[in-house]
Amino acid sequence: MNLYGEIVEAIKGLYSLAVGMGVTGRYAFKPQVTVHYPRKTVDNIATYSGHVELLPGAKNPSGTDCIVCGTCARNCPSGCLDVQVLELMEENPDPEKKPKKIKKLNALMYDYSYCSLCGQCVENCPVTALGFSHHVYWAEFDRKDIKMDLVARLHEQLKTGKEA
Amino acid sequence: MTKETLCGDFYTNCFEADQEQEGRLIINMGPQHPSTHGVLRVIVEMEGEYITRAEPVIGYLHRMHEKMGEIKTYHQYMPNMGRVDYLHALAWNWGYIGSVEKLCQIEVPRRAEFIRVITCEMNRICSHLVWWGAYLLDLGAFTPIMYSFDDREMAVDLLQMVTGSRLTYCYYRFGGVRTDVTDAFIEGTRDFCKLMKRRLPMYKDLVTDNYILRKRCEEIGVLPLEMARRYGATGPVLRGSGQKYDVRRSEPYSVYPELDFEIPVFSECDAMSRYRVRVAEMEQSVRIIEQALDMLPQGDFMAPKAPKRIKPPKGDVYFAVEGGRGKIGVYIISDGSTTPYRLKLRSPSYSNLSLFAELARGTLLADAVSILGSLDLVIPEIDR
Repeated sequence: MNLYGEIVEAIKGLYSLAVGMGVTGRYAFKPQVTVHYPRKTVDNIATYSGHVELLPGAKNPSGTDCIVCGTCARNCPSGCLDVQVLELMEENPDPEKKPKKIKKLNALMYDYSYCSLCGQCVENCPVTALGFSHHVYWAEFDRKDIKMDLVARLHEQLKTGKEA
Repeated sequence: MTKETLCGDFYTNCFEADQEQEGRLIINMGPQHPSTHGVLRVIVEMEGEYITRAEPVIGYLHRMHEKMGEIKTYHQYMPNMGRVDYLHALAWNWGYIGSVEKLCQIEVPRRAEFIRVITCEMNRICSHLVWWGAYLLDLGAFTPIMYSFDDREMAVDLLQMVTGSRLTYCYYRFGGVRTDVTDAFIEGTRDFCKLMKRRLPMYKDLVTDNYILRKRCEEIGVLPLEMARRYGATGPVLRGSGQKYDVRRSEPYSVYPELDFEIPVFSECDAMSRYRVRVAEMEQSVRIIEQALDMLPQGDFMAPKAPKRIKPPKGDVYFAVEGGRGKIGVYIISDGSTTPYRLKLRSPSYSNLSLFAELARGTLLADAVSILGSLDLVIPEIDR
């Protein structure tokens, strides 16, 4: 390349840098798009599906509709749900017949450290007793602590009347 | 230097024993190196500033996805697909779901096909934006990643609206998609397309025309077409070498034949050419999304007869889709039970990485970083 060509290229290169700086200059006077995280939080997280939760039942508003079928635990790819059943003997009004055996959900142990939020439990639940929560900032220091009993959580929520 | 005095690990020792010469320096790029985007390790033999040999060492992120496919049922394997390639997770979702649908002959409603096209192309834009920012970060430009993440944030918010997650999506289902798209999503996506049309020329002014970037990319990492073919490179790497090959056109699937879009091809074969392909692909993706939104029909988003439990007939099936990095192929052999007999994932990054050893030979170390970036590697996808 001769001298003339090099000068032309240098000028073109400088011009391209000036154009880029112009873009930066324009954006320098636009409003800030980031937030200072711990002091402010973003609001676009509302549609995020957090961990799995038990929903208040449509038939049983003070508890859950769960029929203890165990479909959620069977379909889970990582085995993070454990359905603990409480078997009760209900007195039959007819004293001649045997007492009826009923199953109740005692606890639904949920291990969040294994959950990949795929939604297989939510989709396969025959009574729509499970859903995704909006509790998205759940974090613990120890892996052992990132477990919870979903039944206890539901009762806590119903008692206080707000989302935990 | 005798073997006993070497303090490297197995790979380094083998690499050094292979060719011992005075005045050569062996360095490790990675596994924890800011320019490798993950735990990729490249052992490099240098003579001065020039690379005489380079060898990628992989396996630091191996998670046995293929083995997991053999022990999990077809439904249970779905969340794995979002983790293979976290940047273009929906393409992997599609590759797996599509292959099972082909095996079981499940009909997909038309609306679901369009939703898949829209979300997959959105995800492709996200993937290319992350690459764009990270590649320029490798080359020493910090600002562009801020702009690209600003745009990506909007796309990710929109995808979060329908999929419920922000990165590792698990959205497609056998016979449709998990949730229907809302009006807010459709409106938001139109706005996003308008935004991208404004932003892409800005990207050109800010970065593509930049003299310093051009010097770092032009005539660096020249990959002849014959070599790209030999290594089985696909996606933007192959299209950057002048081959017009795109799975969406060459092995059409879903509703892509009805959509009007071009396959960007650049035949300079260098890093800049691969860069231009990806930027042009973002434009084309915006075009596809706009068309698909206009054509989005009413109807079911999930086939009413979609089986709850998958038990496919005996046989094998191969299904390929176009991912952000190239051809994603899923090969399933079914023995008629509820789990696959064998599941093979063909990942584009693996083929694209394999040509790095030959491509980097004889280049400067700083250029090797540029070449590695221009291949757009996603390490989890290489190891699977």
